[in-house]
Amino acid sequence: MSLYARLTGWIVLLFGLGYFFIPLLGLTEFSLKARRGVYSLDAYAKIIGDTEFQATFSYSVVMALVTIAFGILIVVPTAFWVRLKMPWARPYVEFLTLLPLVIPAIVIVFGYIRLYNTSSWLPLTGTVTGTNLLLAFGYTVLALPYMYRAVDTGLRTIDVATLTEAAQSLGAGWATILTRVILPNVLPAVLSGAFLTFAIVIGEFTLAALLDRPAFGPYLQRIGANKPYEPFALSVIAFAITWACMGLIQLVTRFSKHMKAES
Amino acid sequence: MPYLEIARLEKSFGANRVVTDFNLGVEQGEFISLLGPSGCGKTTVLRMVAGFERPSSGAIRIGSEDVVGKRPNQRNIGMVFQAYALFPNLTVAENVGFGLKIKGARRDEITARVAEMLALIGLPDLGARYPFQLSGGQQQRVALARALAPKPRVLLLDEPLSALDAKVRVSLRNEIRAIQRDLGITTIFVTHDQEEALSISDRIVVMNAGIADQVGTPFEIYNRPTTRFVANFVGQLNLFKADDAGRIGGVAVGQGDFAARPEAVHLGREAESDIVLPATVEEVHFLGSVIRVTAAAAGARIALDTFNRPDMPPPAVGSAVELSLSSRDLIPLK
Ligand SMILES: Nc1ncnc2c1ncn2[C@@H]1O[C@H](COP(=O)(O)OP(=O)(O)O)[C@@H](O)[C@H]1O
Ligand SMILES: [Mg+2]
Repeated sequence: MSLYARLTGWIVLLFGLGYFFIPLLGLTEFSLKARRGVYSLDAYAKIIGDTEFQATFSYSVVMALVTIAFGILIVVPTAFWVRLKMPWARPYVEFLTLLPLVIPAIVIVFGYIRLYNTSSWLPLTGTVTGTNLLLAFGYTVLALPYMYRAVDTGLRTIDVATLTEAAQSLGAGWATILTRVILPNVLPAVLSGAFLTFAIVIGEFTLAALLDRPAFGPYLQRIGANKPYEPFALSVIAFAITWACMGLIQLVTRFSKHMKAES
Repeated sequence: MPYLEIARLEKSFGANRVVTDFNLGVEQGEFISLLGPSGCGKTTVLRMVAGFERPSSGAIRIGSEDVVGKRPNQRNIGMVFQAYALFPNLTVAENVGFGLKIKGARRDEITARVAEMLALIGLPDLGARYPFQLSGGQQQRVALARALAPKPRVLLLDEPLSALDAKVRVSLRNEIRAIQRDLGITTIFVTHDQEEALSISDRIVVMNAGIADQVGTPFEIYNRPTTRFVANFVGQLNLFKADDAGRIGGVAVGQGDFAARPEAVHLGREAESDIVLPATVEEVHFLGSVIRVTAAAAGARIALDTFNRPDMPPPAVGSAVELSLSSRDLIPLK
């Protein structure tokens, strides 16, 4: 490779990194300036000490975990069954799971509110638990494209049909096959879907705000509109969480010991 | 009464009839091979016995119990696949113990049985490995141990050796047979390789286009094939046509076509041979203990095998020779 080409490569790379990191650095730097004249973690301390932060953040974490559980319960058996018994339906199912990317969250939530309001046949919005459940369902829909793709990609790496038959001939029923044969073998894929779901749910605003639940997204928005330094500290924290999720995806992919090294 | 009985079994996929009027009785402890070309329905028969396909009609009985309505996981049938199909997330020991664990066996029972099975397949020290750390032959042995561990009533093997290289294939087929004899387990073995079927089976079912053409011991199948298809598919064959008077080489044999195995045809005149044909040597292959000669005689190409003898060099290509065979060795073809 010529010196010129190499140089161009480096310049493009540096530009890209700069484009991405300089605003972040500015953000971080500003978030440390809460005390006049010196850098300090005051803004972070304030945020973390804020009971509302603790409440909304733990609420969103719990919602994320519930959403992940729903996602796994819906997606793993579906993707498994489609691969095993109705491969012709795969394009349709794939299309269906992609819909949430096309339909705005606000449309989904208005649909929910119309369908499940207090005067409907299933008044979910009438109770706190019902609304929470509705929110989790909404999150599950939003995360569906990522979860389904991740799991389906994972299923592609194993011979689903033969492994299923092997397990059946050894006496296993469907539940055993799913939990002991299929799920463990697509676990890295399921986990990467789970971390994506987590990142989506933690930052989600529309559904939580319109269903009026005390989630982290609306809190972020409120702080951002009302405080000087704390929003920037919050942004840094949110970035850290997202990156931790990405890092964990890498980790589980690398440390699934029974998998052959991908070459 | 046979232990495993298949009666008037039929299977169609849509309009495509894949198995037709298949009948077979397998005695307890018997080793049966289903032999036939690719696509003739062997796997489909096996999958119906295992419960993965539903017969269009017919009965399958194991120990006089009809199993057709039963799901595969209720049949207690061991299955070995061409692609090994070991669970990649489980160790060798966990794979072998899988069936017992599902049956709810105690942990110490499982450990003992797994050790016993691993010893049986000659891999006592590999229990902690994962499947991807094993060779193909080792993986298939583990798959065999896994299928046998829960003491199934019947063992089914679907071309278990096809993915292995030639040397492993021969040693593993002998090992499978030895283990099968040892345990006395009723076994159906599917293969398209006639040598494999001939060498290890108690009886062979030769299948052609979904129909069981002939059922018999390897000796019967090879020496007395009852259909042209079986004669052609199993072993090598020389075709002889009788003349209008029903004679071959001047000897009356009856009308029609006849076949003779290469080892039934002799170079030169043999005492017991009544048919003698003049021939020209076309090819000579020296294979060591056996010499295979191809010669043109009576308007056909005849292959014959003779044993090597240090005092008798093989004939030269192009030389004129006499071939002889006994009319009793002729196989009439239907
Ligand atoms: N699930 C299926 N759907 C449609 N046709 C099938 C199916 N399984 C097998 N067949 C057809 O049945 C015939 C026999 O197949 P198979 O039993 O696998 O043959 P073999 O094992 O002897 O090679 C083939 O023509 C195959 O295409
Ligand atoms: Mg087959």
